[in-house]
Amino acid sequence: MTVARAMVECLKVEGVRHVFGYPGAAICPFYDELISSGIEHILVRHEVNGGHAASGYARMTGKAGVCIATSGPGALNLITSIATAYMDSIPIVAITGQVNSDQIGRDVFQEADITGSAEPFVKHSYIVKDPDTICDVIKKAFYIAETGRPGPVLIDVPMDVQLMETEFLYPDKVEIRSYKPTTEGNKLQIKRVADAIDKASRPLICAGGGVFLSGAKKELAELVHKCDIPVINTMMGLSNIDMNDKLYFGMMGMHGVKAANYAVSRCDLLILLGARMGDRAVVALEKTSGIVIIHIDIDPAEIGKNVDVNTPVVGDIKKILTQLIAIMPEMQHTEWCEELAAVRAEKCELPKTVKGTVCPKPFIEELNRQIPEDCVIVADVGQNQIWTANNICLTDKGRFMTAGGMGTMGYSLPAAIGAKKAFPERTVIALCGDGSLQMEFMELATVIQHGINVKIIVFVNSTLGMVKELQDMLYDKRETAVDLTGSPKFDIIAQAYGIDAENVTDISQAKKAIADMLDSEKPYLLQVIVDKDERTII
Amino acid sequence: MKHTISVLVENHAGVLARVAGLFARRAYNIDSLAVGVTADENVSRITIVADGDDYTLEQILKQLNKLIDVIKVRSFSENDLLTRELVLVKVNCTPAQRSELISIAKIAEAKISDISVNTITLELSDYSNKIRTFEELLRPYGIKEIVRTGTVAIQRGSASLTL
Ligand SMILES: Cc1ncc(C[n+]2csc(CCOP(=O)(O)OP(=O)(O)O)c2C)c(N)n1
Repeated sequence: MTVARAMVECLKVEGVRHVFGYPGAAICPFYDELISSGIEHILVRHEVNGGHAASGYARMTGKAGVCIATSGPGALNLITSIATAYMDSIPIVAITGQVNSDQIGRDVFQEADITGSAEPFVKHSYIVKDPDTICDVIKKAFYIAETGRPGPVLIDVPMDVQLMETEFLYPDKVEIRSYKPTTEGNKLQIKRVADAIDKASRPLICAGGGVFLSGAKKELAELVHKCDIPVINTMMGLSNIDMNDKLYFGMMGMHGVKAANYAVSRCDLLILLGARMGDRAVVALEKTSGIVIIHIDIDPAEIGKNVDVNTPVVGDIKKILTQLIAIMPEMQHTEWCEELAAVRAEKCELPKTVKGTVCPKPFIEELNRQIPEDCVIVADVGQNQIWTANNICLTDKGRFMTAGGMGTMGYSLPAAIGAKKAFPERTVIALCGDGSLQMEFMELATVIQHGINVKIIVFVNSTLGMVKELQDMLYDKRETAVDLTGSPKFDIIAQAYGIDAENVTDISQAKKAIADMLDSEKPYLLQVIVDKDERTII
Repeated sequence: MKHTISVLVENHAGVLARVAGLFARRAYNIDSLAVGVTADENVSRITIVADGDDYTLEQILKQLNKLIDVIKVRSFSENDLLTRELVLVKVNCTPAQRSELISIAKIAEAKISDISVNTITLELSDYSNKIRTFEELLRPYGIKEIVRTGTVAIQRGSASLTL
């Protein structure tokens, strides 16, 4: 069979049911084989969104999401989403067409060195020149993307190679001598962790995105309860523990909540669990001194990179937690938990809401009352992301996701599309700003074309709110290039695509509007008018 | 501080670019770099001399290890290593200066590799400091051209870096 056919067969063996892509000449042989494969192709309206959709899909399934683009501009358009997935350790396999192999390097039409350009943002990449390696390459690509610390893998296939003949021999095992991720935790180190917990009077767990990647939600909850240890999240970790849990104290970091950052400043033992401690999270640590830090992560390079660590444990979180739970006695930290609960209970006064606008906090609280337990919430980037992260309340059956590491505007809608394709029966809501929606709203067409029932909530504050807030604070209110005058009415835009939409201009309308949105069997957009001076930091 | 790092990698196209790219984007300084195939033709050995504190060295080693094509990474302390660089120096040399330059070459244990009416080309393989001294000795005669390789290094004694 042809390489193109073999590629499709490989995807089938990998269990791929959906791919997200955008065609062009250099990838046509592959598309030609895709028609009859039974794999559903979702035609995004911009390649970057194919990558984001694959990322949303991967976060939900734990398997690599697949995105496809043609050579040159198509492949280059993918890069931002590849980099976004890389930063958040999301497994995706990106397949790109390339110009004919004998023309590579001659600057022919639509040629771009995509493996070279994407190199800083991929876990690995391949350019396939020998047709007989295709099966091996695809097998390895999925293996590398999904194991160890997950990440994007790129496969670039020249058009002539796609048309060459090869035998379809899918290997059932992968052996890469130079790639052997450590998954078992070192017993001695785990014993050290146990001793440290035993000694601590104010232990704290900070759970990050690694808990999802390792599938360790259950183990996290078990350890937390068995040892009565308060837990906080990084933004990437949100919803890996039931947010109603009395031991849960919210999101830490620059945009985190008071209780979480207070907990960091007061703890005597901090256990970082699959959290890479990006600079936005680390700020919470700046005021601490003399605390013991344990870092549990599958990637040894993350340990000691951003914070000095007393005890490193390298391995798969699920395995390590299981080992740890087995040797930990039941414990009580009543005083410590009460101290934190008191901070959590503090109510802050919200400023008065301007007439004709909605304050995001009570709006999201109303959303919390209505969403189903297994709801998927995808936050975009900006103030909308912080409002959502700080106010959404999900149990461990729900799921929160956002482009935490790269902060890529325009992530929410395509990622929501991917999430919905992965779990069509779950409610998936993208929350975004009016700036970010304008970076992604071409995907409203994808939603309609493929009948993807996602919900969109756009907080319209007529400004690039997050940047404006920063300018207000750090540049003495000199606001430049943040005014979004000229933006369309988003409800009308949605309706132009055939998507039902509603306006919310007062909190009193929120209850019904949210109910209508959730009741609808179709995609739906809620336009929530927010005052431009609404802030994230009060 | 200078560190000598030996990296065993899969011998395919693009690997060097990945290693070099890693150093560039993470802002690690490379002082010298040398690549060659090992006894196993599927494996190349990259020897890197890099500058940085202990934190940087640790990060370099860990990040190198993460590259899929990297099979093994080791850093060595200076004392454990035998290091060599090769230099070719083309020096201005009148017939009258020839014997003088030949005696410098002898003392430095350099080889006379080529000679012309008004130049002499000397070749020396030695460790970095010796090569620097050699260069200083030749400078007064007028160096027309100098070509130096990166450092290659091997462990002293019976220890060896293999797969
Ligand atoms: C692709 C991209 N460009 C620029 C930025 C910088 N940036 C961060 S937040 C933000 C404003 C987002 O505005 P909007 O989507 O309207 O959300 P809001 O902050 O108003 O909720 C910008 C421009 C970014 N994160 N991503």
